[in-house]
Order: sequence, then structure tokens, then C-alpha cells
Amino acid sequence: MNIVVCVKQVPDTATERKLRSDDNTLDRDAADGVVNELDEYAVEEALKLKEAHGGEVTVLTMGPAKATETIRKALAMGADKAVHLSDDALHGSDALSTSYAMAQVLKKIGFDLVILGSESTDARTGVLAAMLAERLGTAQLTLANKVDVEGSSIKIQRITDYGFDRVEATLPAVVSVVEKINEPRYPSFKGIMAAKKKPVETLAIGDASIDAAQVGLGAAWSEVVDFAAAPPRAAGTIVKDEGDGGVSAADFLASKKFI
Amino acid sequence: MSEILVLVEQVEGEVKKVTLELLTLARSLGAPAAVWAGPGITAEAKARLAEYGAEKIYVAAGDDIVDHVVAPKAELLAQLVAAKSPAAVLVAATAEGKEVAGRLAVKTDSGVITDAVGLGDGFVADQSIFGGGINVHSRVRRGTPIIAVRPNSTAPEAAAGAGAEEEVSVTLSDAAKAARVVERVKQEKGARPELTEAAIVVSGGRGVGSAENFSVIEELADSLGAAVGASRAATDAGWYPHQFQVGQTGKTVSPQLYIAAGISGAIQHRAGMQTAKTIVAINKDPEAPIFELADYGVVGDLHQVVPQLTEEVKKRK
Repeated sequence: MNIVVCVKQVPDTATERKLRSDDNTLDRDAADGVVNELDEYAVEEALKLKEAHGGEVTVLTMGPAKATETIRKALAMGADKAVHLSDDALHGSDALSTSYAMAQVLKKIGFDLVILGSESTDARTGVLAAMLAERLGTAQLTLANKVDVEGSSIKIQRITDYGFDRVEATLPAVVSVVEKINEPRYPSFKGIMAAKKKPVETLAIGDASIDAAQVGLGAAWSEVVDFAAAPPRAAGTIVKDEGDGGVSAADFLASKKFI
Repeated sequence: MSEILVLVEQVEGEVKKVTLELLTLARSLGAPAAVWAGPGITAEAKARLAEYGAEKIYVAAGDDIVDHVVAPKAELLAQLVAAKSPAAVLVAATAEGKEVAGRLAVKTDSGVITDAVGLGDGFVADQSIFGGGINVHSRVRRGTPIIAVRPNSTAPEAAAGAGAEEEVSVTLSDAAKAARVVERVKQEKGARPELTEAAIVVSGGRGVGSAENFSVIEELADSLGAAVGASRAATDAGWYPHQFQVGQTGKTVSPQLYIAAGISGAIQHRAGMQTAKTIVAINKDPEAPIFELADYGVVGDLHQVVPQLTEEVKKRK
């Protein structure tokens, strides 16, 4: 089975994340780049499926040169090879552009299964897997907390507000996985050393038939008009519990008409 | 006034509150037209949609709309966008709503904005990003604005619309039918409101200490008619199911009132609750960052404070 797992480098949540004042895009220099943690579940799921059914796991990322760190981590976990779509023309791409560019790469490299994390911790749109399925014309098996493949058929449990749906399709398919679907492995020392020798193919937009007019900040279907630091919340009332903390909290709720 | 499509969210024929919020919001920007996707519309549901301002109600009642994942709803909406040229399409910013919005955006070559917490003239959306640290205005530049709006962004207000019903037939593409829903498994959720929609959320964290102790959180929630949430520390420890996790990698909530008990308020958690209107925190550590957000904070042991609060709430009702 030819599995492609999409990973994204995101600013570390633990550091201060900023937008750039010149073009309102993410300031990638302001914060440390880390693997989107939800993508680690996608990598783990891809590796488990490969271990069970054979095949190959390819890491696909779109991002600046620095995103190689993220590729190395996924390779160190056990993926076989990687494709890095990297081109200055992609800077400022929104979800529509990103899904277009990644779909073009996926068409070029081929796949039976594409696996993503359910969302990124920076933009948090949660739309990419659905957009890829739409663009590729394949089954959308998203928000999975369980994935089973048997021959060419695939079954997932899709989490819903009321529990879950059992969903089935025939490969190829686009799958997104939710947190806790598995326990992502830590790269071993051997894995880290091996990752250095694994092939990473770098593609520019021309290598994947990506139309420059459909990507980047200039093409973006949506834009940030302006932004500002959120005003600090007005300082609240903090009391120490002297045996009546619950009563005082109830007084507060009553003053706000919640009770 | 131009039409604004609102995709209806419903459970077993009952229109969800978020849809009433979206209709209220749509009314301020145009003429709301509700879109019912799937079987099971009732006279009550139609009356409810009209009561909150739907001038039109488009009904696509086929089973196949809901028997496949997301794509049929996007095809239905794309057909309506082509036929009716609405000024915008509003969906609820639930996990599925955002997926519908994403596919619709591709189909209609339109921009999409997710997790709007407000919407103004020109469909300029308010968003709160990076764990609530930055407020953003964003807008769609190409195509029909497709906006996924967070539940609790607007207070629903009734104002009757004509509610004229129009049947819509949609022929689904083979691609839209690729993912088949073969079974819907409903898990017992009791009488509590849904976490992302609830007006009040009571969450417990590390300070709760054990799975058994979550009963104190649940009792407070039930006294207030609230949903129960949990921090990542609590779900990682296995004290409460993961689907109730509030935070960056869990659910995002925006309730009228958020009560955090035994939660320190790490950025991971704040990202999921910082747009709550009123925040109450109970924590034994006076230095806990959650107190920086709190409108009211009690420094103390939640095992004393929360049960006392629950008793008081019951007493005063």
C-alpha cells in the first residue's frame, strides 16, 4: 500500500506566536518550528498500517526550507521517504491554495491512502483533508478514531457529536485522524541516524504542474484585513477561600444572572 | 436584499441553537434562507426556522444526503449557490460544518473563513487566534463568502420571516457517494447539553485528582444545566473521555459562562476557551495563569469550593 502522510511545521504553542506586520501572515521566525502534534498521530497510523499490510510511507510537507526539520522527525519515526514542496511562490497561501498545491503533488506522486492530522495547531481550520478529498475526487474518511484496511476496502469510525459513524469506502481515500487514535512512537536513536540517509525529494511549483497564479498571498481567496493583540481581560475579583468560597462564587454568578 | 444561505444543524428533527444564532446573524446582513439537508423535516422545525427569520427554507430531503460523509451537503449548497447567487453562505463552525465549508469553497471557487466569532458589514469576520492572543479581521476576496461561525457568537433573537418552503432535488456525483455511512452509533450522553453549543461549561483539570472525583464537576454542571469539559491533563490521565477535552487539540468552546476547576490555564487549554464571555476559576494555586483570565476567582481546594457552590446553586434556584 502506498501511503502518503501529510505533515506540517507549526510554531510551537509554548512560544509567543505572531503575525507579520508587513503582510499579515504567520511570522515563522518569531517562534520555534515543531511538528504539528496532531500530525504525529497521522504518522503513527501510517506506520501501523504499513506494518500490518506492507507498502511504503511517504512524508509530504509544504513549507519553507526550515520545514526539513519536521520531515526528519517523521522519517526518524519510521517513514521511508519524503517529498518537500518548497517554493517562495507558495508564501501566504490560504487553505484553498494549499489544498490545490498539495493535490497537484499527490496526483504526481500517486497514493492509495493519504493520511492527515485532523487540524493544525496554528491555523486550526480543519478543512484541508476535506478539500483534498474534493480536489482528488476520492473518498473522504475524516475525523477517524479507528482505521481498518482490508485489501482495497477501508473502514473507519468517524467521531460525531452523538458518538461515531461507521464509514466504509474503497481505496484510494483521504483519511484524517483525531488525537488519541494511537500512541505516537518516539524516534529511536537508530531511527534518527537512519533518517539522515532517507531520500527527500524537494519540489518547486513547476515540478508538480502548480499554476503560480493559484498560489501565494496574491492568489489567496481570503485575507487578514488587520489584526491586533487581544486587549487584556479586565482584572477580575480573586478571593481566597475562607470556608465560604463556594457561597461567594454563587453570589458572583447571581450578580451576573446565571442563577 | 440578497439571500444568505444558512445550513441547518439539527438533531432528530430539532433545530439546534447554533442555527438560530446563524439566522439572527444572517438577518443583520441580508435575507436568511435556511437549507435543510436530509430527511426528517417537521412542521415544528419549519416554524422554528421561520420564527428566527428564515425567508425561505430550501429542503433537500433525500436519504443519500446524509448517507455519505460531508460531500453531498457541499454539492447541495454548491447547487444552491449557482442557482440563487446568495451574498454568502453561513455554516456552524463544528468539525463537520467546517468540512462542508471547505468542500463548498473548492466547488464554488470561493474563499472560506473558519471559526468566526463575529460578522460585520461586507462579511468581514472577527477571529480570535493563537490561543486568544490576537484578534483578527478577515474577509473573503474571491467568490461567495463562505463563513463558518462558532456557536454562541450571537444571541439568538426571534423575528419572523416568511419561511417559504422550496423543495430542492440534487443529483449526487459518484465522488460524493464514495464514503458510505453504514452505521450511526449513538453513545449515551444523558441530559447534558452538547459541549460546543452549551451556554455554560464546567471543566475539571488536574486538580480533580481522579476519575471518581469528576462527579463533583458533573454535579455542579447539572445544577447549572451546563456541559462538562476537561483539560488535557485530565483526559491524558484517563479521568474523563477525550471527546470532552477543551483546548487546542480538543474542542473549542465559547460559552456565556466557563467555570474552570483545578485547571492551571496553560496556553493549550486557553486556546479552547478564551472567548468565553465570563470566566470563573477555582484553583488552589494563587499563581495559576487561569486567574489572569478569570472574572471571578476562588483560591482554594476545589473539593471544598465546588460542592459548596453546587449546594448554593440548587438552593437559589
